[in-house]
Amino acid sequence: MTTMVREFGEQIASIVRESTGKIRIINQKYAKPKIQLSGGAKFALLLLELYLIFLVVLLAYKFWTIIHGSVL
Amino acid sequence: MDLLSKFYFNYSKIIKTIKIYLLLAGPGMIVMIADNDAGGITTYAATGAKFGYSLIWFLILLGPVAYFIQEMTVRLGAVTKHGHAEAIFSGFGPFWGWFSLLDLTLVNWLTIITEFIGMTAAMSIFGIPPLVTVIVVIIVMFGIVLSGRYWTWEKITMAFCLVNLIYIPAALLVHPSVSDIIRSGFIPNFPGGFNGELFFYMMANIGTTIAPWMIFFQQSAVVDKNMKEKDIPWGKFDTVVGAFFTIIVAVFVIIVTGTLLYGMNIESAGQAVHVIMGTHQWVGTLVAIGLFDAGFLGAICIALTSSWAFGEVFGWAHSLNYKVKEAFWFYVFFFVGLITAGSVVLIPGAPLVLITLFVQVVAVTLLPAALVFLIILLNNEEIMGKYKNTLFDNIANITIVVCIIVLSSLYGISTLFPNLFG
Repeated sequence: MTTMVREFGEQIASIVRESTGKIRIINQKYAKPKIQLSGGAKFALLLLELYLIFLVVLLAYKFWTIIHGSVL
Repeated sequence: MDLLSKFYFNYSKIIKTIKIYLLLAGPGMIVMIADNDAGGITTYAATGAKFGYSLIWFLILLGPVAYFIQEMTVRLGAVTKHGHAEAIFSGFGPFWGWFSLLDLTLVNWLTIITEFIGMTAAMSIFGIPPLVTVIVVIIVMFGIVLSGRYWTWEKITMAFCLVNLIYIPAALLVHPSVSDIIRSGFIPNFPGGFNGELFFYMMANIGTTIAPWMIFFQQSAVVDKNMKEKDIPWGKFDTVVGAFFTIIVAVFVIIVTGTLLYGMNIESAGQAVHVIMGTHQWVGTLVAIGLFDAGFLGAICIALTSSWAFGEVFGWAHSLNYKVKEAFWFYVFFFVGLITAGSVVLIPGAPLVLITLFVQVVAVTLLPAALVFLIILLNNEEIMGKYKNTLFDNIANITIVVCIIVLSSLYGISTLFPNLFG
């Protein structure tokens, strides 16, 4: 039984190691974006980042209202 | 004689054109009709029940909107030979790449759950238990996808697309007043004035017309179909035809529910089917079949979208032209997605309503990003060459994208805070 658990654990560890390695390779492969971004494109991406931060804040606020029982 | 030979020449030309179209048709038609998924049918049914025929004009406007977005994926896929997930990694780096991939996977998985909710609700009308529906659906999808050829999958899926037209006979059976439809449906109007409730329904219809998975799906399908740059006009035409049919189906759903359920509050397509079944058994049966078909199409396309996206990024073989042993992880990902989503529906007391609402919120986090990336990539001459966006494309597409981002965001926010718009 102990051997089986150990083998299973080793298999899981091996899958995690492989996946981490794969993710690292993907990150290296795409580390440098292949397109030259214009000023407009950079601005659009900045707006996108701000938009996502806004959504995250909104979601956090929603959870806060749920926990405290108040609704907007 | 000359007239006869001219007629024969034109006839042969038309037949040849139709044959070429049928050969190249697929991604545009499938993505557009699968867009009328279980969630879409629910939205149209609720809109028809609430406002009658009054918002038909608005749905017709959404056809060109969907076309303008989706035709960009045809060009991008045919020129780059990459799916949208890979294009984002390649063009914008790992941060945006992982964000899009993981968000897409989450929103797709949640959407597949809603497709199973629709399918099980439709089949329960015929006394079929959810467990049987889920198992049979997954087995049938196994069969379709494991054919080992993209072409076979595409043509079988297109047959399911035809079933989506079942709402047309259903609408004819309820004998709607054509003059009422034309008078109140085709002339732009805001029933009851432009209030928060109407705005919510309009936003919901926009949300269901453009979904993040559609962008990723069509681009990957164009690549898997091996469409070339010379095929772009056909791909665009296919998308026009698909957009036309998706609006036809939406309008006929509105006609059915606007005639039979006008004035009722409908919260799900399943509920609509149950109510219709009580008074018009034949219509109820057709609507139930249509709802099942909508969920089926949605589930098979959305599950494939995630598999294609992961396959592109992780470098797995990711084509329907491969056998299981050749693209093992591609198929594993596809079926794990389907099986886990189907299982959620079977859990007693699972928060299915919450999941349905949550889909809207998560989709809002991905849709703007996917659209912005699409516009930026389509404007890059290095990538697109002569197929980059023209000035007209940009005016149309950027206007549409900005409107969609604002309205879908408001929809997502109003889902989070239902009392916000009164």
